[in-house]
Amino acid sequence: MNSTVLYTILSLSGLGASSAIILYFVAQKFKVIEDPRIDDVEEKLPAANCGGCGFAGCRNFAEACVKSDDFEGLYCPVGGNETMAAVAKILGREAVEQDPRIAVLRCNGDCDVRPKINNYDGTLSCAVASALYGGDTGCQYGCLGFGDCVEVCNFDALSMDPVSGLPVVNDMNCTACGACVKACPKDLFELRKRAKKDRKIYVACRNEDKGGIAKKSCAVACIGCSKCFKVCPYEAITMANNLAFIDSDKCKLCRKCVPECPTNSILEIGFPPRKEKEELAAKDESTSVIDKVIDPEKQDIQNTKEE
Amino acid sequence: MDKLITVSPSPHIHSGQSVEKLMYGVVIALVPAFIVSLFFYGIGAIIITGISIISCILFEYLIQKFLLKTEVRIADGSAMVTGLLLAFNLPSNLPWWIIIIGALVSIGIGKMTFGGLGNNPFNPALVGRVFLLISFPVQMTSYPVPSGMSTPYISNIEGFTGPTPLGILKEGLKQGTPVAELMRDLPSHLDLFVGNMGGSMGEIAGAALLLGMLYLLIRKIITWHIPVSIIATVFLFTGILYLINPVKNADPLFHILTGGLLLGAIFMATDYVTSPMTPPGMLIYGVGIGLITIIIRVYGAYPEGVSFAILIMNGFVPLLNRYIKPKRFGEEVKNG
Amino acid sequence: MLKTFTKGGVHPAENKLSVNQKIIDLDLPASVSIPISMHLGVPSKPLVEKGSEVKVGQLIAAGAGFVSANIHSPFSGKILKLDKSLDTSGYKRDSIFIDIEGDTWLPEIDRSSDIKKEFSYSAEEIIQKIKDAGIVGLGGATFPSHVKLSIPRGRKAEYLIINGVECEPYLTADHVLMLEKSEELLIGTSLLMKGLKVDKAVIGIENNKPDAIEKLQKIALNYKGISVQALKVKYPQGGEKQLIKSILNREVPSGGLPVDIGAVVFNVGTAFAVYEAIQKNKPLIERIVTVTGKKLKKPSNFRVRIGTPIKMLIEAAGGLPDDTGKVINGGPMMGKALPDTSIPVVKGSSGILLIPAEESKRKKVEPCIRCSKCVSVCPLGLEPYLLMALSQKSLFERLEAERVMDCIECGSCSYICPSGRPLLDYIRLGKSEVGKIIRSRKK
Repeated sequence: MNSTVLYTILSLSGLGASSAIILYFVAQKFKVIEDPRIDDVEEKLPAANCGGCGFAGCRNFAEACVKSDDFEGLYCPVGGNETMAAVAKILGREAVEQDPRIAVLRCNGDCDVRPKINNYDGTLSCAVASALYGGDTGCQYGCLGFGDCVEVCNFDALSMDPVSGLPVVNDMNCTACGACVKACPKDLFELRKRAKKDRKIYVACRNEDKGGIAKKSCAVACIGCSKCFKVCPYEAITMANNLAFIDSDKCKLCRKCVPECPTNSILEIGFPPRKEKEELAAKDESTSVIDKVIDPEKQDIQNTKEE
Repeated sequence: MDKLITVSPSPHIHSGQSVEKLMYGVVIALVPAFIVSLFFYGIGAIIITGISIISCILFEYLIQKFLLKTEVRIADGSAMVTGLLLAFNLPSNLPWWIIIIGALVSIGIGKMTFGGLGNNPFNPALVGRVFLLISFPVQMTSYPVPSGMSTPYISNIEGFTGPTPLGILKEGLKQGTPVAELMRDLPSHLDLFVGNMGGSMGEIAGAALLLGMLYLLIRKIITWHIPVSIIATVFLFTGILYLINPVKNADPLFHILTGGLLLGAIFMATDYVTSPMTPPGMLIYGVGIGLITIIIRVYGAYPEGVSFAILIMNGFVPLLNRYIKPKRFGEEVKNG
Repeated sequence: MLKTFTKGGVHPAENKLSVNQKIIDLDLPASVSIPISMHLGVPSKPLVEKGSEVKVGQLIAAGAGFVSANIHSPFSGKILKLDKSLDTSGYKRDSIFIDIEGDTWLPEIDRSSDIKKEFSYSAEEIIQKIKDAGIVGLGGATFPSHVKLSIPRGRKAEYLIINGVECEPYLTADHVLMLEKSEELLIGTSLLMKGLKVDKAVIGIENNKPDAIEKLQKIALNYKGISVQALKVKYPQGGEKQLIKSILNREVPSGGLPVDIGAVVFNVGTAFAVYEAIQKNKPLIERIVTVTGKKLKKPSNFRVRIGTPIKMLIEAAGGLPDDTGKVINGGPMMGKALPDTSIPVVKGSSGILLIPAEESKRKKVEPCIRCSKCVSVCPLGLEPYLLMALSQKSLFERLEAERVMDCIECGSCSYICPSGRPLLDYIRLGKSEVGKIIRSRKK
C-alpha cells in the first residue's frame, strides 16, 4: 500500500478515536443528572411552548410539576384536564381539574358604532397608541384595532376582521393560554368559562364613563343603567364604575339580561335566534319558549339542529 | 386630508433624510471616476456600466415582484448603486453575458436571499465580483490597455489587453526581479493618481475617487472612520515592509494607488448595510481590511486582495456590532 | 466663548416665529378643569368640594406623597364638580372643575410690579416656601422643585445651573421671559442658590438669543456668583445632562442624578416662579406659553393661567388655521400631540405648536439600512436601531443591559433616520417595560 494512504488512514483514524475518547469523558464529567420523570411529563405536554402555564416553555413546566409536591398553581391551559390527568398519573398524584376557558373580547365598538374623532398616524401597535393617548375614538377604553393580540397568539386563534376593525376569536383554536390578555393594553380580553357549544353571554364593553358620555362615543356602550343587574336571577351580574360585568362562573346562560340592555351592549353568541318580540316573554316568566331556553344544560343533543 | 386632528408620538418633525438621497449621493460621488474611465476606456465604460445597472435593477424588480411577491422598491436607488459599483469592479471589456450573470449573483444571491435591503451580511457588488473572478478568471483579469475613447469594447484582442500594475508586480516578484527594476516598467505615481494604468473601471483614477470621497464626507453620507483606517493601515503596514526590504516590497504610495484599494476603502467598505454601526467598530473593521488586503497582496496567490478582505471583514461585522459598543454618556453605572 | 456637548445632537430648523413678541395677558375663561396631576409623582389630593368658593392663589389640592406638589386655584369662583376630564395625558383624568366669577386674589399676594431684591430666609425656609407654592419644573418635566432641592444624604451640590437654552424649535417662552423679567430671574436664581447652599450659578443660554445673553450678562454683574454661559445652537442642548456636560464638562453617571456630580438644574421659568412665590407670595398659577405655527396668524407669547383651555390661546393668536394637522403641547421634538383643543394648559405647557396638515403625515417606514446615523446622533451614546429591534422582540433583559433607561427621549434618532423608522416609539415601549421590571425587582 502507498505510504501516503497509510499515513492518511492512520492519522485520521487516530484523530477520530482520540476525539471520541475525549468527548466520552467530557460528556461523563459534565453530565447533568435529571429526574427521568421530567422527560416523561414533558412528553405528555402539548409542546406548544406558549407560556400559558406561566413558565418559560413546556420543559420548565414539567420540571416545576416534578419538583413540586402538588399541583398548586400548576395547570396547562392548552392541554387541559386530559393532559393534567396524564401528568398526574406519571407522578402518582391526584389530578387537578379546571373548567375549560376561552378568550373573549369585551368590546364591540366597531367603526360603524364608534366613530373616529381624530386621525392616528403613529406606529400601528396597540401598545404604542395606548401609551400615547386614549385612541382615535371618543371611548378611551375601547379596542384600538392594531392587532397586538393577533401577533402574539401562538395558536392562530385570533384574526383581525377587516370590516369591523376588531379582533375575532376562533373558538376551535383558542386554548385560553392568556397571551392576548397580557398583550392587550386596554385589558379587553377575558378568559371566560367555556360553555356548551361555545355559547357566550357577556357585556362587550369596558367603558367606565358616565352613561351619557359613553353613549356619545359608542352606540353599543354599556351605560351602567343596571337594568341587566336587576333581572339576573343568579346574581351573576355586578355593577361598578358605570359598567356591568357578568361573572362567567355564575352565569347560567338564561339570556334574560340580553334584551334588557338598552344599547345592545350584552352579546349572546351561539344561541338559536329569538322569536318575535311579542311572543318573547322576556319580562314574563311563564311561556314555554323561556322554559326551553332557561336551562340549556338540559337540552339534549338533537337540539343542535336548530343552530 | 381629513378635517380631523392628527395624533402621533413625538418627534413631529423630520430631517428630510431619505434612502434615495443617500443612494443618489453615492452615485454623484462616483461621477468623477466614471468620467475618468470614460476618458481612458471609451465606449466600454458606458456599455459595462449600463448593462450592470440595468440588469441589477431588472433582477431586483423581477425577484421582488414575482418570486418574493413583496413590495417593489427599485426606486430607492440601492440596486442602482450595486449595479454601478459592480461595473466599477469589472474590466471594461467584459462580455455582456458575464456582466448579467454577475448582476444576478449580486442581487439575487448577495442581497435578496437574505431578505432584501438591510439584511445582507456581505457586500452584494463584491459577492458578484468575486463570483465572477473565480468563475471566469481569464476574462476577469484581462484588462484593456487604456487607449482613450477609441478603446474597443471587445475582450482578448492581441495587444489590446494586459494585466494591472499589481499583476505585473506579483509576476515580477515571483521571478525574483527586484522591485526597483519592475517600477521602471510600471506607471509612475502620478500616472497611477490620474488613472493612466490598467485595471477595472473604478480602480484606475485615484484623484477622481478622492474627489468623490470629499463629496461623500461633506454631504455626511459617510464618515471618515472606514476609509481613513483602511488607507492608514495599508500605508503603515506596507511602509514597514518597504523599510524592511525595499527589494521585495513596493512603496506604500504604490499600494494605495493601485488595485481596488481606494475604490474599496471609499465606496465598497463603507456600504451601510455591511459595515459596523459604531465608530470604534468601524476603525477595527478598517484595520482588518487593510491588513488582510496587504497579506493577500504580499503573501497570497492573488495580486489583489481588497475584495476578499472586505468580504472577510463583512463576516466579522455582526461580532463587532455585538461587542463593540459606542462610548456611553456617563459611563459609570450607578447601582439601584 | 461658545461651549457645547460633544456627543450626538441634530440641527433642526429653528423657526422661532414668535421671537419678537412681547408677553400678552389673556382674557379669563368662563369655566375650567384643573387636572390634579400636572407633575411627576403622585397626583394631588383635592381639598375642595362641589360648591366651595375659591380665590386666586388658594390651595385647592395638596401634594400627596414625597414626590408630589400642591395645586393652587388660578381663578376665583365656585367649584363646580370633581370629575374626570381630558388632559394632556390623552386620557380623561381626575380634575377640579371651576366656574369662574370675577378675579379676586388672596390678599397676601403682592400683585404690584415692584421688584423685591432683598430676602433673609434660611435655606430650609426657602425650600418650604417653594413646596408650599406648588412649584414644579417648568421646562416640561414638571418634577416637584422642593424635592430637587432636598439633596440626598451623602451628596453635595456645588453648582446651580439655570436652563435658559430653549433648544426646541419654535418655542420662545423662556427667551421672552429672560428679556422681560431679567432682574426677577436673577433674584430667583439667588434664592435657589441659598436654598441649595451653593455660591456658584451659571445661566446657560443658546447662542440664538444674543439679546438675552447680553442683557443677563450685564445684570448678573450685580449678583455675586452668577455668570452667563453662551452655548452652541444644537439640539438637545437644553437636556439637563447635555447642559451640565457643556457648562461643567462633567457627565451625569448612567442611572444617577445631576447632584451626584454636584450640579442641580432648574429652568428659567422655574427660577422666576421661585421669585414670585417667595418675594410676592404668589403660588404657581400662571406661566408663559408660546403659541406658534407656520400658518398661525399671530404667533405670540402669552401669560396664561393654568387651566385655560388651549382653544382660547389659539383664538387669541388668530384662530385655528384651516388646514391644521397637529396641535402639540410643547415643541416639535418632544412635545405631545393632543387629540382635542379643549384640553387645559398645565404647569408643564411651554408652548402650543400648530403644524399644518401637509407637514403632519409621518414618513413612510422603510427597512433599516444600517446607516448608523441614529447611533451618531444619540447624545447618550446608545444604539437606537438595536433598542428598537430588542423592544420589538421583547428582549427586556438585553434592553436593560444596552442602557435603554439612559434614553432621554429627545427624538434625535427618529428625526435623522432616512428610513423613517419609528425608533423612539419602540424605545419608549421598551423603557416602560424595563421600568416595570426594575420596580418589581426592588420590591
